[in-house]
Amino acid sequence: MSREESLVTTQWAEQNLSTPGLVFVEVDEDTTAYDAGHLPGAVKLNWRTDLQDPVRRDFVDQAGFEKLLSAKGISNDDTVILYGGNNNWFAAYAYWYFQLYGHDAVKLVDGGRKKWELDGRPLTTDVPERVETSYVAQPQDTSIRAFRDEVVNAIGVLNLVDVRSPDEFSGKLLAPAHLPQEQAQRAGHIPTAINVPWSKAANEDGTFRSDAELAELYGTAGLDESKDTIAYCRIGERSSHTWFVLKELIGKENVKNYDGSWTEYGSLIGVPVEVGS
Amino acid sequence: MCGAPQQDLELPANVNTDVQAVVQGKVLNGADAVGGAFVRLLDSTGEFTAEVVSSPAGDFRFFTAPGTWTVRALSRAGNGSAIVGTTTGVYSVDVLVG
Repeated sequence: MSREESLVTTQWAEQNLSTPGLVFVEVDEDTTAYDAGHLPGAVKLNWRTDLQDPVRRDFVDQAGFEKLLSAKGISNDDTVILYGGNNNWFAAYAYWYFQLYGHDAVKLVDGGRKKWELDGRPLTTDVPERVETSYVAQPQDTSIRAFRDEVVNAIGVLNLVDVRSPDEFSGKLLAPAHLPQEQAQRAGHIPTAINVPWSKAANEDGTFRSDAELAELYGTAGLDESKDTIAYCRIGERSSHTWFVLKELIGKENVKNYDGSWTEYGSLIGVPVEVGS
Repeated sequence: MCGAPQQDLELPANVNTDVQAVVQGKVLNGADAVGGAFVRLLDSTGEFTAEVVSSPAGDFRFFTAPGTWTVRALSRAGNGSAIVGTTTGVYSVDVLVG
């Protein structure tokens, strides 16, 4: 993939809001953002209630994803244009999630809601009515999803990229500074992981840095080009942002997102944990 | 821009200001509150730490460790920054944009 294939500008998005075959989808942590105003024609996905199994800690299954997209009026032939708040954290998560179930025609709006709003582009509270489809999903593509055992086995073997803030990496905090520190598990990071906070990959308006800046960022941080890579954070959304950068923008092969992330790893018994920077 | 700690503001019950700092304030364009601004907390090296969207009344709040922080606001009305040094307690800092 490349920047051109996986990313669109806010300007392009505004010019293509009514283009047939495109479906704009807002994905947010806080769905009141969509309700207060969204891109004209966009539908909403709630990352928690729509994309997570309501009982087990896992995603909705293949049939559940088919049912969700069918109900949202998204067909297999549609190109899905994702955007969201929080510097596209959950839009990037949804991008990865759509690819997990085989929907390859998916793009992110560079900068997401923040860039759109700072540009002064139009928002509406009108909710579109879309005709239900019969969406068919593929089995999960686990070549882009890492599970806990392979993460443990990757210690000292593969690139592990911890994309949380330095204070979370070192063990001072268990969550970002604007969120409640609600978890009870151990703090710290997976041994041999490098710490490249997701935010270093973004400009202050939420757009991604240039390919050259990104390549330098991960090269300087010690990402080994000869090894496969697993990215993780706290719950898998910020690491989706970095997964997107590594795989789709700078074209690295064999990059997985570990969505269990620190909330899983930091609660495991018997695994090594490091603290400190 | 850098106010003395205040202890009389309403905070969530679980926030212990004996051990952490709270940095809060308003985004202002002149005397007008700026809602919907993107307010970023940067550490003493300028690195991003957290981001919130200001309320309709222009309010923002961060929970931080002691240190020196830059609060940077981006808005349609313009951008602006303010610096605040914290130990523990509640710090009020307004950010002027425009």
